[in-house]
Amino acid sequence: MEPLLRAENVAKRFESGGAFGSRQEVRALAGVTFSIFPRTTLAVVGPSGSGKSTLALCLACLEPVSSGRIWFARTEVTALDAEGQRAIRPSIQMVFQDPASSLNPRMSALELVSEPLNIHKRFDKPERRDRACDLLQRVGLPREKAAHRPDEFSGGQRQRIAIARALALEPKLLILDEALSALDCSVQAQMANLLIDLQASLGLTYVFITHDLAMAAHLADEIAVMERGQMVEMGAAWSVVNAPQHAVTRRLLLAAPGVCHSALEPQAV
Amino acid sequence: MTPLLDVQNLRVSYTARSGQSSTALANVSFALQPGETLGVLGESGSGKSTLAAALLRLLPANGRIERGAIYFEGQDLLRATPRELEKIRGDRLALIFQEPSLALHPAIRVAEQIADVIAAHKSFARRAVREHAQQILAAVFPSEVKRIGNSYPHQLSGGQRARVLIAQAISCGPSLIVADEPTASLDPETQQEILALFRALRQKFDLSVIWITHNPLLLEGFADRVLVCYAGRVVETGPASSVLSSPRHPYTQALLRCLPPSTERGLANHKQCLPVIPGEAFVSVAAAEGCRCRFEPRCMERMVICTEREPEMIQLNSTHGASCFKHVD
Amino acid sequence: MNYFLRRLLQGVLLLIGVSFLTFLFSTLAPGNYLDEMRLNPQISSATLAALRSQYQLDRPLPIRYARWMNSIAHGELGYSFAYNSAVAPLLWVRARNTLLLTITATLLAWGLALPLGIWSAERRGGLPDRALSWATSTLLVIPDLVLGLGLLILTARSAWFPTGGLVSVAFENLSPLRKLSDLLMHMALPVTALVLSALPILIRHIRAAMVEVLGAPHLRAAAAHGIPHRKLLYGYALRAAANPLIALFGFSVGTLLSGSLLVEIIMSWPGIGPLLLEAILARDLYVVIGGVLFSTVFLVAGNFLADLLLYWADPRIRTTAGAR
Repeated sequence: MEPLLRAENVAKRFESGGAFGSRQEVRALAGVTFSIFPRTTLAVVGPSGSGKSTLALCLACLEPVSSGRIWFARTEVTALDAEGQRAIRPSIQMVFQDPASSLNPRMSALELVSEPLNIHKRFDKPERRDRACDLLQRVGLPREKAAHRPDEFSGGQRQRIAIARALALEPKLLILDEALSALDCSVQAQMANLLIDLQASLGLTYVFITHDLAMAAHLADEIAVMERGQMVEMGAAWSVVNAPQHAVTRRLLLAAPGVCHSALEPQAV
Repeated sequence: MTPLLDVQNLRVSYTARSGQSSTALANVSFALQPGETLGVLGESGSGKSTLAAALLRLLPANGRIERGAIYFEGQDLLRATPRELEKIRGDRLALIFQEPSLALHPAIRVAEQIADVIAAHKSFARRAVREHAQQILAAVFPSEVKRIGNSYPHQLSGGQRARVLIAQAISCGPSLIVADEPTASLDPETQQEILALFRALRQKFDLSVIWITHNPLLLEGFADRVLVCYAGRVVETGPASSVLSSPRHPYTQALLRCLPPSTERGLANHKQCLPVIPGEAFVSVAAAEGCRCRFEPRCMERMVICTEREPEMIQLNSTHGASCFKHVD
Repeated sequence: MNYFLRRLLQGVLLLIGVSFLTFLFSTLAPGNYLDEMRLNPQISSATLAALRSQYQLDRPLPIRYARWMNSIAHGELGYSFAYNSAVAPLLWVRARNTLLLTITATLLAWGLALPLGIWSAERRGGLPDRALSWATSTLLVIPDLVLGLGLLILTARSAWFPTGGLVSVAFENLSPLRKLSDLLMHMALPVTALVLSALPILIRHIRAAMVEVLGAPHLRAAAAHGIPHRKLLYGYALRAAANPLIALFGFSVGTLLSGSLLVEIIMSWPGIGPLLLEAILARDLYVVIGGVLFSTVFLVAGNFLADLLLYWADPRIRTTAGAR
């Protein structure tokens, strides 16, 4: 089977510094190589500052890579010009961590979900509205609330709106950057079920970036562990969690609440 | 033994601009013994942050404590004057807020912010205040104490900021610390570091702690007793070991069931739907008090009586209680 | 350091740019100094031509600009046709008076606006806050011109304050203390007019900035630690609100200066205002440019001061700009 997304030696450097001062370089990503197969979920875990979010932005074409190549469904994304990237964008969509800041507080739920359709001029106007309503229903939001603004919804409902918006353009790949981290436990469970259901019915592929190893082990087929911009371990979820190879993975498993591993049992204080 | 903190029948409400008032906390009662760690488990809408603010009487302008009593070290805080409260806050009873990145002043050096707390309560000379602040920092940071003390909050990492908040809280030697989700925005490793720090400090300084969180897993091995809140009411209370491993209230049971399964249980549940609590999270409603159980719309074990009256706290044994009609017989 | 060098360089470039543009527009404007004379039939055209070449009004633009820059280097700032002297000493005497007025007004306006703004932010929504808001709205609506004239009428009727001028006629004969009091009496009216026109905007902005800060989490956290109320308000809240307020300060310098030019004319205060007006009407080219340049220098200095204050007040600028 062909991988849906393939990254080869992707590196990203951020430079800060003005004309007078010395330049400071931050290596957010240092040579990351991996592939993702369609209809699977890849969880990317790692400590803060390991480059997970930068990787998400590069995969979503929101940040240009400094070096390396990315292929999406046989097209080399990194070699495309602005026009080409714009054409690819509908296929790769992103859901962010904080729904309060990623949703325009002045737009209603319906307007938010139909915005991508308006921007990319898909379908004609009446049909856009219908599709947006369908999407809201698909993610479990009551029809009566379609005209409400984000502040009238709960945190979990706002994330549902964000997911519905991401699905508007019928993407193949959905990148979830800590999309569940800001939610309560019971709401996280509801959202996890929604994501599983959507993957089965729409054939989506997920890149799931998270701190929560327990949720990663539950949702993901494969887990990739990052540290300081490099992918230090990657493999089937089950084997990464139960037979970790790298010291960073072991450290993360020890710290993760809810992940028990007899060999790594922490000492009770 | 007289409890350090004794909350009795606390009722707090908020008044919206339209004039409508909604109850954030109703009939909340619990007691905290000296040296005990109480975990308050609650999700959004449970009233947990209101409880933290109410204990220190720091509710926002539209919040009101309608009824009840809060006895702290024998004194009723609800009858204390503003001057007395200013003396108690930070000195006897300290509060650690959510979001360490927002709870520190952006333009004042960290050591000075700690020194300000000390200076507000102790009448030391300035030099003594600074030295004391350095000592507190040293208790909380393992290394680089001077550099961190001279830094501004934006120069520190999330975990370091959380430690600074802890330093501020312990600086005057309080007997009770109320921590409102201080680790929510941190990654798991840093969370564990902060928890370990708390364990060390509470032993060293003989602290009582109220730890508020929405994640039950954080309370395991940390809290002595757990209070579970839903919709502004206490639904279950008991020793952490029994509440977290064999909960008796339907809400607590459902909450613990919907966590992703421990990986030891194998791949059987992989990518299966988790058993969720149906329906949406509780949104406060200005309903008359006592007319129904607040969890009833989402409860799997609901009965007719649950729509008629609000359940009382029923003691299941000497330490464990749950407010649910299914335990009435 | 780099931060300041950059700002300084920007200021100097701005001055050069403004001087060139003013020069350009003034010379391109129709008419010149000699037009008034041309209307006088007693002055022959030969005299006019001679005057023209003497004042070098017949030379091309770039040469005149170059000569003017040269005269700056000599500290003269060009030549005034009307006063028959170098511009610089003329300007300096007037500039001193304008500075006296503007600086006093700035200090007084901020000295009043800060406590008032903080006070009303604290009592937000209450009766005192709403009363102050109503008062500032009213003041805001009244134009500077009307304010100045209103004050003049008030004084002319009541004779509490002198109605114009810098000092009384018998100034030189007074004792130092009485000289000071005489000056202050003369300053009272123009300063009041300026302060009243600046106060509403300052109070509103200060109040808004404080209201925002008073709701911030770190202030609640400080209150939870028992930090006493006064320290909370001035040491914590005001410090956090410093950024927008310092920017406002830079802006207020500019508005106070332009307001002062108008007020000076109304109140006959011998500052840059009347000089500039005269020079514009008479097409006294170099005086006009000199006046405009003075205003620009003052503005740039005011904003530079604001930048300095911002650097001191906001550690985020200090640590990211300086630590290289």
